[in-house]
Amino acid sequence: MIIWMSQMIVPLIIFGMLGMGILGKRPVFDDFLAGARDGMRTVAEVLPTLIGLMTAVGVLRASGLLDVLGNLLALPAGWLCLPAELVPLTLVRLVSNSAATGLLLDIFGKYGPDSFLGMAGSIMMSCTETVFYCISIYFGSVKVTKTRYVIPGALFATAAGVAASIWLAGR
Amino acid sequence: MLNYLWSFMILAGMLWGMATGSLDAVTQGLVDSAKEAVTLGLTMLGIMSFWSGILEVGNRAGVLDWLSEKMKPVLGFLFPELPDDHPALKPIAVNMTANMLGLGMAATPAGLEAMKYLKEDGPGFEIDKTATSSMCTFLILNISSLQLVPITMVAYRTQYGSKNPMAVLGPALAATACSTLAAVVFCKAADRWQGRGKLCRAELSGPQRDENQVQRRVWEPETQKAQAHRTGRKRL
Repeated sequence: MIIWMSQMIVPLIIFGMLGMGILGKRPVFDDFLAGARDGMRTVAEVLPTLIGLMTAVGVLRASGLLDVLGNLLALPAGWLCLPAELVPLTLVRLVSNSAATGLLLDIFGKYGPDSFLGMAGSIMMSCTETVFYCISIYFGSVKVTKTRYVIPGALFATAAGVAASIWLAGR
Repeated sequence: MLNYLWSFMILAGMLWGMATGSLDAVTQGLVDSAKEAVTLGLTMLGIMSFWSGILEVGNRAGVLDWLSEKMKPVLGFLFPELPDDHPALKPIAVNMTANMLGLGMAATPAGLEAMKYLKEDGPGFEIDKTATSSMCTFLILNISSLQLVPITMVAYRTQYGSKNPMAVLGPALAATACSTLAAVVFCKAADRWQGRGKLCRAELSGPQRDENQVQRRVWEPETQKAQAHRTGRKRL
C-alpha cells in the first residue's frame, strides 16, 4: 500500500500541475520550457561547486584518511553508544550520498538488513542528509561564504537523528 | 568556514597520501571524482530541468500559490521576519513539500530559487557574503531531512533479502521527526541568542562607519535581548 502510494506521487504531481494548467488555458509547453531553461541555468551555476566538493571528498577517501579518522573516532563513539561499525557510515554520510549508500550495502551484505546494525543504518540513512553537499550547493549558488551557525546547527540535527536511529533500532 | 573546510579536506588528504605513499591513489581519486561530479551534473541537468519545467507550469497555473497559502502557518512560525507576500515563501513551500515526498531532484531547484530571493532580501550582501537568519533556518531544516517515506531504503532492503523491508518506515519517521525537531529548536535558540533578521554585523564592520550605513544594513529592529547581548560584549 505504502509502496503503491509512493509510486503514485510523481505521476499525480505531474498530472495535477499539467491538469491545472490546461484547465486554466495556459500555454503549458511554453511554461514548461521557460522553467526548464531556468533549471538548466541553475545546474550550470551549481556544477563548479559540485566538482570542487566532490574532488575534495575523493581526495580524502582515496588517501585513506577517512578510514583512519573513522578508526580514531571509534573509541569516543563507543562512549556515546555508537557502534564502531557505524562510525564510517556516519562520517561518510556527511559528505556523499552515493558513498554512504555503498557503505550501507556493505553492512547489509555483512550483517544482514534485519540485524541491529542493518536496521540502525537504514534508519540513519533515512533521517539524515548530506550535510556538506547541501551547504555547498545552496550557499554556493548565491555566493555566500560566511555560513554563521549553519554547520553547527546541521551537525546538531544530524546527531539527533543518529542518536534516535540507534535507540529505535535497539528496541 | 567552507573555505577552511574545503582546503583542509584537500590538503590533509594530500599530506596523508604523501606520508603513506599512496599519492598515486590520491591523484586517481581526484580525477575519478571530478569525472563523477560531471556525471552527476549531467544527470541533474536532465531531471532538474524537467522538474523546474513542471514546477513552472504549476506556478503559472496557480498551484504553488495554493500550496504556500496552505503552508502559511508553518512558514510564519519558521520565518517570522519574512512578510506574507515575500517572493521566497513560494519556493520554500515547494522545497519542503518535495522533500517530504522524497523528491530530492524537485526540491533542489526550488530551494536554490528560494535562496536567491532570500539573498535579494538583504541589502549589503554583495559586500560581505554573510548568511541571513532565514537562510540559516531554511538550510538547517533542509539538512535535518524532512522525508516522510524513505522508499529507496525499502528497495535496498528488499534487494538484500530482508524479511521485513518495510520495518524501517515507522522508526525512520520517528527519527526524522527527532532530527527536524532538533533543527527547529536549534534555530529558535540561535535566533534568541543572535537576534532574528539581524546579521549581527554592526560590531564586525569596524569603527568608522557612518550611521546611515548602519541604518541601511539593519532592516529589522534589534530585539532587546540581542541588544543587551551586544552591548554586554562590547563592555568586555
